[in-house]
Amino acid sequence: MIDVKAIYVLWLREMIKFSRTKFRIFNAIAMPLFMLIFLGFGFRQINIPGIPPDIGYFEYFVPGIIGMTLLFTASMVGLSVLSERQFGFLKEIMVTPASRVSIMLGRTLGGATTAILQAVIIIIIAMVMSFQIMGFAQLIASLFVMLLISVIFISMGLILASRLRDVHDYYNITNFLLFPIFLLSGAMFPIQNLPLGIPFFSVFNPLTYGVDAIRGLLIGVSALPIITDCIVLIVTATIMVLLSAYAFTNGYRI
Amino acid sequence: MDAIVLDNLTRSFGSLVAVDNISVTVHEGELFGLLGPNGAGKTTLINILTTLDKPSEGTALIAGHDIHADPENIRRIIGIVFQDPSLDVELTGRENLNFHAMMYDMPTDERKQRIDEVLALVDLSDRADQLVHEFSGGMRRRLEIARGLMHHPRILFLDEPTLGLDAQTRRKIWQYIRELNRELGITVILTTHYLEEADYLCDRIAIIDHGKIVALDTPLNLKNKIREDIVNIEVDEKKVEQVKKLLMEFEGVKKITTTDCCISVSISDAEKHLPEFIELILSKGHVVHSASAIKPSLEEAFISYTGTAIREQKGSYKDQSRAYIRRKMG
Repeated sequence: MIDVKAIYVLWLREMIKFSRTKFRIFNAIAMPLFMLIFLGFGFRQINIPGIPPDIGYFEYFVPGIIGMTLLFTASMVGLSVLSERQFGFLKEIMVTPASRVSIMLGRTLGGATTAILQAVIIIIIAMVMSFQIMGFAQLIASLFVMLLISVIFISMGLILASRLRDVHDYYNITNFLLFPIFLLSGAMFPIQNLPLGIPFFSVFNPLTYGVDAIRGLLIGVSALPIITDCIVLIVTATIMVLLSAYAFTNGYRI
Repeated sequence: MDAIVLDNLTRSFGSLVAVDNISVTVHEGELFGLLGPNGAGKTTLINILTTLDKPSEGTALIAGHDIHADPENIRRIIGIVFQDPSLDVELTGRENLNFHAMMYDMPTDERKQRIDEVLALVDLSDRADQLVHEFSGGMRRRLEIARGLMHHPRILFLDEPTLGLDAQTRRKIWQYIRELNRELGITVILTTHYLEEADYLCDRIAIIDHGKIVALDTPLNLKNKIREDIVNIEVDEKKVEQVKKLLMEFEGVKKITTTDCCISVSISDAEKHLPEFIELILSKGHVVHSASAIKPSLEEAFISYTGTAIREQKGSYKDQSRAYIRRKMG
């Protein structure tokens, strides 16, 4: 059912392409980086309710931007599968003896690695700009949280891609999904600051727990205990991978 | 064992029946052609036989494996070259092959050796480390054929292998396909809408139209079934009737039709009889302006079976709606 070699080679392919498309990497981190610099520093002096007084807005915002980077990069995996379907390479993958589940896992892990690498680049740049992390062990632990976030949103994209035929439809639907997910996650400010009723929706947003866990690990501030965040993320990621495996096995007609 | 056995295979997309109750057997080692206009159902059939799609009804055995019960074993023993390009253009030629071999779980040593072998077979050894992005159409096609052969398939599916290639490259690819079939004994299933391709390559051809096989035979038999050879002779307008009478008495002549100054004689082995005709006409003191011997082409056979020439792609309302539904349903 699970072919390790197939998963590995699909992952390897993503890595080879990642290393070759330097402009794409720049492009992918440029937007979060601009937001981090302009909003992070611009609002540095502003006192936002819900953020502990000893934490600057820049510090508070870095984990949010990491969440955003992961979310947007992860959503690109579904798009790349769709365009592979349009340009034919998906056929080549689908006629090999590798099981559908392995193919799905290979794509998911490849995409997750790319997303995490980009997040790490953002952290390093943030650290150059005065961001201080709690410690190396916490950083490593946060990578695990990043993996869970990536897996959840890559699965979301793969499920969408299995139902769609057209790249433009995918763009439209993800555009509609990504910004609410980002804005409702508490990435930019504590969600309690939103008007009545809206924080309710954040409860169902996996990114809320992801950003909260990263914040807890990197700057020591979190709304929920980190372990609670992690349990929610692990359960969600498991369900999403199973759904994505189902969608990939049954939904992909060439 | 037969390479492929199709048993009442049907595939419909809503109201469109793309493959309509086809039963046919392809023998081991055969070079088998599926010839038909665009939208005839060839690619749908190939997708089903390569386990990318499932039939609505009926089944097929590929080297003894059932397409419903055993798709993963089928994928192991077949190679495919798709109609549309399916290379990763951001990888090099060698990386594309390497990817393929690893997906088939080939051991490292064998993989390296095999990559060199197939690259040499399609004359791409010196370009293997370039990105496929920089390859020409013909090179890409050859690389795809090389890739289809990587894992030593026993059955190779080629879906329009020379579509959009120039004449020279096409010839070369024909040569590879022949070699694979003759020298390596690989069973080849080839779809094409190029008549000369089917004629040149295939041991047997199934003419497929609107999802059905309308004729199945060797290229020679398909052509011979249609009609006899023809000798066309052009003489003076006034002498036509005289010459016609003369030729009617010739042994083996089956039918003679005339236009203004041209006489068409149906006869087998036209090219052998042509000099005899001319000799006969000259000996009676008539003048021959021109003469030619025509063998029936596969194109004429095709027209007589499907009712349309293959290059007329304007098509009827039915054809257009088929094409539309096909695009929507993929």
